[in-house]
Amino acid sequence: MITNAHVSKVYKMGEIDLTVIHDLNLSINHGEFVAIVGPSGSGKSTVLNLLGCLDKPTSGKIMIDEIDVTQLDTTALANFRGENIGFIFQSFNLIPVLSVYENIEYPLIMIQNLPKEERKKRIMKLLEDVDMLDQKDKFPDQLSGGQRQRVAIARALVTNPKIVFADEPTANLDTKTSNQIITLMRNIQQEFNTTFIFATHDEKIVRVVDRIITIIDGVITDDKRVSL
Amino acid sequence: MKNIIKISFRNLIRSSRRTILTASLITIGVIFVLVYAALSGSFKAYMVGQITDSMLGHIQIHRKGYVASIDNLPLDKNLNKKQIEKISEYLNENPYIESYTFRLKLGAMFSNYVASTSIRLNGIDPQKETQTLPLFPSRIQGEDVSTLQEGSIMVPELLAKGMQINKDDTIVLVATNQKGSVNGLNFKVAGTVETVSGPGGRDGYIHINDVKKLLRIQEIEVSEIVIRLKDVKYLDKAMEQLKPLTIFRNQKDKLVFEIHTWEKLSPFYNIVKMLDIMDISIKIILISIVLISILNVMVMSVYERIKEIGTIAAMGTTPSTITKLFLTEGLMLGIFGTIVGGILSYIIVFIINLIGITFSFGRQDNLTLNPVLNLNEVLFVSLIVIIISLVASISPARKAAKLNPVDALRQN
Repeated sequence: MITNAHVSKVYKMGEIDLTVIHDLNLSINHGEFVAIVGPSGSGKSTVLNLLGCLDKPTSGKIMIDEIDVTQLDTTALANFRGENIGFIFQSFNLIPVLSVYENIEYPLIMIQNLPKEERKKRIMKLLEDVDMLDQKDKFPDQLSGGQRQRVAIARALVTNPKIVFADEPTANLDTKTSNQIITLMRNIQQEFNTTFIFATHDEKIVRVVDRIITIIDGVITDDKRVSL
Repeated sequence: MKNIIKISFRNLIRSSRRTILTASLITIGVIFVLVYAALSGSFKAYMVGQITDSMLGHIQIHRKGYVASIDNLPLDKNLNKKQIEKISEYLNENPYIESYTFRLKLGAMFSNYVASTSIRLNGIDPQKETQTLPLFPSRIQGEDVSTLQEGSIMVPELLAKGMQINKDDTIVLVATNQKGSVNGLNFKVAGTVETVSGPGGRDGYIHINDVKKLLRIQEIEVSEIVIRLKDVKYLDKAMEQLKPLTIFRNQKDKLVFEIHTWEKLSPFYNIVKMLDIMDISIKIILISIVLISILNVMVMSVYERIKEIGTIAAMGTTPSTITKLFLTEGLMLGIFGTIVGGILSYIIVFIINLIGITFSFGRQDNLTLNPVLNLNEVLFVSLIVIIISLVASISPARKAAKLNPVDALRQN
């Protein structure tokens, strides 16, 4: 469960203070499939970064499962992300020198430090879920966009995060692949009850989510639940 | 830590071109330093050997004050019989000493009946002299020096040329003894002799008994005692054992003896020191090369991978782990470059020994350098290079760790 209270974010641009987020109050429940929508520059990526503990608000409080993440220092915040949060990026951001298997393994080695057997079990299961088992020894530059995003999804999920943040996950994919990826994420959400929060323009995503939060100029203008 | 090493290693392996380029820079630097050290070390050992084995010996003992006025070869500062006996006691029980010899030196007039000039005469015991200075015969042209007979003389080469003196010519030596009486004797020229650094100098050699005749002295008298050690590395130990002589005082409570090592007596020691300074300069250049190349590569590597760093930071990699990742990469580059450099240095030195680099020195041509890599030197250089690799990575690694994930992810 994520709760925000009076969150603001101000960027300093030289002499000028630019307020990107105004007094944001929001709460998202466990297992929700949420899209944050809005025009370019509306602040939706900033909201995602704040909720994803990548950035700290200028003022206000962000609580994730009873923990005030705005109080954590850089290292504690990194550890918190490693344990609780997964990220999916628009341009996939796989590590080019690691194979598919190694990319998914990375957070288990470097962050959670799991034993090899346990790692293998989890990775193989996820590779199967995202249908990439036969590609596991390839490198990112040998894969198509859709395949890379599947790997990225597997990597985001391998640590069993409570929340997955996805910033425009389908923006670099064609329609067919986008639909496959969206379906994949929806299935995972239903199977593991993982919270998914998207920042997106993509109608295809907006059509399938449970809740649509619209942000314009750093202010929530609409927050509606959709029943399918 | 194992995993950090694994990930860093993969990074290095998979950006192989950059890795090879940097590592080869380090390798070349290491080879340069090690091969240079081996060559200069060999040259140094050779020169030291020449000087100690053909002229100076390893240690010399004189009467106190002799060395300060050595240019006039003062007869009143010779060692007398009692003093020689005292010294011999110590020399005979010193386990580091291979042999020693006495020299009785004086200044004299040298004449071929047409012209005359001054000469510095060394009265020697030919057999003991060659035993103590095994390379001494290499400075002689003419008869075998160990057979230098009473009544013959080895003339300094330039003097012989200048006065057109040939082998078997007769010359006359005139000298003044301590009491002021002058005496002259005829000598037969047995050959010519050059100084250790080539032709030049005014040092001639005659038998020590001839000096006694020339000066009309009865008892044994000696100007200097030249000592050869079993190995030059025992120099400090041998000096330690001879220490009682340096503090030995006579009845008037004055110091009697002075003992010098070859280092104190030879101007070449300064050249040795200069070679050592050059060694150090080259090491500093190497360190700079390693520092700059690793720094350059690591800074490039951080800039190239900003987005990747943002990604792993977002996933929850702590700043300290990111620092360790980059430090490990730098360290491994250093270790890799050093190991290859070390192995190649051994191979190159082996090849140099196989081909043989020759040089000339004085009368001797075709002297072959035989460079040897000293294991301690190799380890020392390797250690320095590896430490520097680590140091050079610190700043880029910290930069990577300090990146804000949001800014890093925004980079394309």
